[in-house]
Parts: sequence; structure tokens; C-alpha cells
Amino acid sequence: MSWAIEISGITKYYGNNLVLKGIDLQVAEGEKLTVVGPNGAGKTTLLKILATISRPASGTVTIAGFDLREQAVHVRRNIGVISHQTYLYNDLSVLENLRFFARMYDVLDADARVEDLVQRVGLKHRMHDAVGTLSRGMQQRVCIARAAIHNPPVLLLDEPDTGLDQQASELLRNVLLGFDDQRRTVIMTTHNLELGLRMCDRVAILARGKIRHVEPRESTGVDGFRRTYDELTGAQT
Amino acid sequence: MQFMNKVAAIVWKDILVEMKTKETFSSMFVFALLTIVIFNFAFQLRVHEINLVAPGVLWVAITFAGVLGLTRSFIREKDRGCLEGLMLCPVDRAAIYTGKALGNLIFMLMMELIALPLFAVFFNLPILIPSLLLVTLLGTIGFAGVGTLFSAIAVNTRAREVMLPILFFPIVIPVVIAAVKATGVILDGGTEDLSNWLNLLVAFDVIFAAISFLCFEFVVEE
Repeated sequence: MSWAIEISGITKYYGNNLVLKGIDLQVAEGEKLTVVGPNGAGKTTLLKILATISRPASGTVTIAGFDLREQAVHVRRNIGVISHQTYLYNDLSVLENLRFFARMYDVLDADARVEDLVQRVGLKHRMHDAVGTLSRGMQQRVCIARAAIHNPPVLLLDEPDTGLDQQASELLRNVLLGFDDQRRTVIMTTHNLELGLRMCDRVAILARGKIRHVEPRESTGVDGFRRTYDELTGAQT
Repeated sequence: MQFMNKVAAIVWKDILVEMKTKETFSSMFVFALLTIVIFNFAFQLRVHEINLVAPGVLWVAITFAGVLGLTRSFIREKDRGCLEGLMLCPVDRAAIYTGKALGNLIFMLMMELIALPLFAVFFNLPILIPSLLLVTLLGTIGFAGVGTLFSAIAVNTRAREVMLPILFFPIVIPVVIAAVKATGVILDGGTEDLSNWLNLLVAFDVIFAAISFLCFEFVVEE
């Protein structure tokens, strides 16, 4: 099997605090993996390392065949990141934001690509409006377009539903799953067990800085998984 | 070529944001104007040789107004996680530094373009002297170059508006001293020591721009 993402022995300190205690994980091409865990488990830290924003203390990561430390620019070219932060400039319009990122990612025929994405996320009627004037759900849709502008084979989603109401969250799920015809590799972190289970092929539990449990979705019912989650995290969900 | 294309995209983005908000330029310009006006009134009451204090006034206006702009530069990026958005792009971190530094330099030069004639009017001094314009340019390059790095450092601290001048001014003192001294020599109509101060400005610009260029990656990554 060819792995899109291979994580081996990743550790990360914040000061003297060991946040990640040796993460080992492989994700196959086209596979969708959800990582769930309580607050402070290290989910965001793990995704920041995969996104090349944060440096691990030790361990190796390969994404789309590129080494994270040695070929960070190539890794960035192959990933799209959606977080609860939009990474968008509030004062610029939807079009201006997307054109800027298209230029940063060397997207060919950028104008056509931007217009196509705006259409896909259903914001053609607001494309000249400043991002700051859009609702949270609309901003998240622009964020999805930004993350997909260079058509990356790997998507990293860090609690993308945070701050969204149920309707906007559902829309986000639909947009993500039916966004285009590409079968992307996805790693998503979330607190939301139900959303996480619905959107994945495999699910992993990250608690106290280590991957404690991994299993395929088809062998997992929500109630059974919730019990496992509670046992491993000591949480009451 | 790709590097410069990314740098140009970042500069253009900063200009576009500034054209819409007018936050940075207006605050820098108003601060510089107020400084020049206040010092003008203060010194005209007591000082007979205005040439003695004018270089200091000019560079106080430029440096303090410049710090206002530098503070805004990364706060704007940090507010919505935009700095992380930039860091996710497939570009060398040095391209982000260069783009932000060039943006800051352009905003400072625009502010000086208006502040310098006002300074000339209020203090009744000539400013259309090539060597004075060269000193202003070199001083501004050094200020914006190092200031961009320190702005990126300060934005991660809790009291970021206060931290920038506290961290930055001790480092940039050689630029301010050299610029004030060189401006004084030029306004006095002399040339003695001018080349020494110009050399110091050029050396500072080159050395600190290179250091900032190389260190930026370690400042912005966790």
C-alpha cells in the first residue's frame, strides 16, 4: 500500500512540557482519517507539525513522498489546510483573497480557477464583498476554496466546524465531501465524535500526547466508539 | 524569479489592504505631522539655532511614526491567523520577510514623502538635497529591515504594542545616530565626516538585513 502520510516517532515540547510523546501513524492515499481527542491532547500541535508551521523535536514525517524537514516547500505545495481560523484577510474581498493565494501557489490560469472555486462553494453572489462582512459559515466556505486553490492531494482539517451552527456545519460537511471529483487524503481533528465518524474511513483517538486507538469506521458504532473514547481519555462525552 | 514573484504578491497584498483600510499610513502620517508641529512650536520659543535641533526632530518623527507602522504590520497578519496562512504557502520564509519588509519600507517612504516637505516648511530648511534624500533612504531601509523582524517577534508577545519599541530601539540606535549626524552635517552645508556616517548606514543596512533575512524563519516557526 502506498502511504500519502507517514508519521514516525514525532515528539514535540512546549517549554518543558512534552505535548506529543511519539506519534506513529500512516494514512493511505485517498483515505480519510479522523483524529479525536480531548482538549490539550495534542491534536492541533500534530496538525501544525504536518502543516510545517511547527517543528517537531524528533521523529520523521513524509507527506506525498516529501520529507517534512528537508523538503518543506514541496510538502506545502501538496497540502491544503482548513482550520477554525480562516487565514483570510478581512478587508479584502473574496476574489482578492483567492487571487492572492492563487499567486502564492503558482496556480496556472488563476482567474478561471478562482471563479470556478467561488462557484463551487456557492459564493458567486458575494465574491466582491469583503470577507469581514460575510457570516462565519460563508467565511469557512471561502477558507475551503483557499485550501483547495492549488488542488492539493492532502487536506488537513483542524476542527473545521468550530464556531459553526449545526446548519453551517452540515453545509461544511457537504462542501468538503462533495467539493470536487478529487479523492483526497484527509486528516481531520475534531471534538465532535459524530461528525468525525461520519466523515472518515478510519478513526484514531489521541490522548495525553499519544495515539491510543485506531480502528476502521465500518467496525465502529457511535455508541461503542464513545465508550472506547471515554475509557481511553477518562472523559464523559 | 519565483522568489521575487512571491515577494511582489505579498507587497501588493499589503498595499491593497492599506488602500482599503488606510490604517497604517494615516496613523504614521498624522503622528509624524504632530511631532514636527509640536517640536516646531516648542523650539521656536527657546532655540535660536534651529539647525542644531532640526535633524533630531526629523528622525524622532520618522522613527516613532515608523514604529506605529511596524506594529500594525504583523498585528494585521496575526489577527485572523493570516501569518499562518502565509506560512502554509510553498515559499521560502525569507520571501515572506522580504515582502513584509518591502511593504513597510514603501509605507515609511510614502509617509516621508509628505512629512519631509512639511518639515522643510515648518523649520524653514532645504530638503531637496540629494545627499539628504540618500541619508533618509538609507536610514529608512535599515529601520524597516530590522523593524520587520522585531515586529514579527513582538507580535507573539502579550503586550505587543509596547514590546516592539522596547526590543527594537536598542538595536536600531546606530541607524538613528548615524542618520541624525549625517542629516546635521548636510543641513550645516558641510561634508566633513559625512562619508563616515553614510558608510555606517550602509554597513548597518547590509549586515542587519542579512541577519533578519536569515533569522526570520526561526522567529515565525514554533
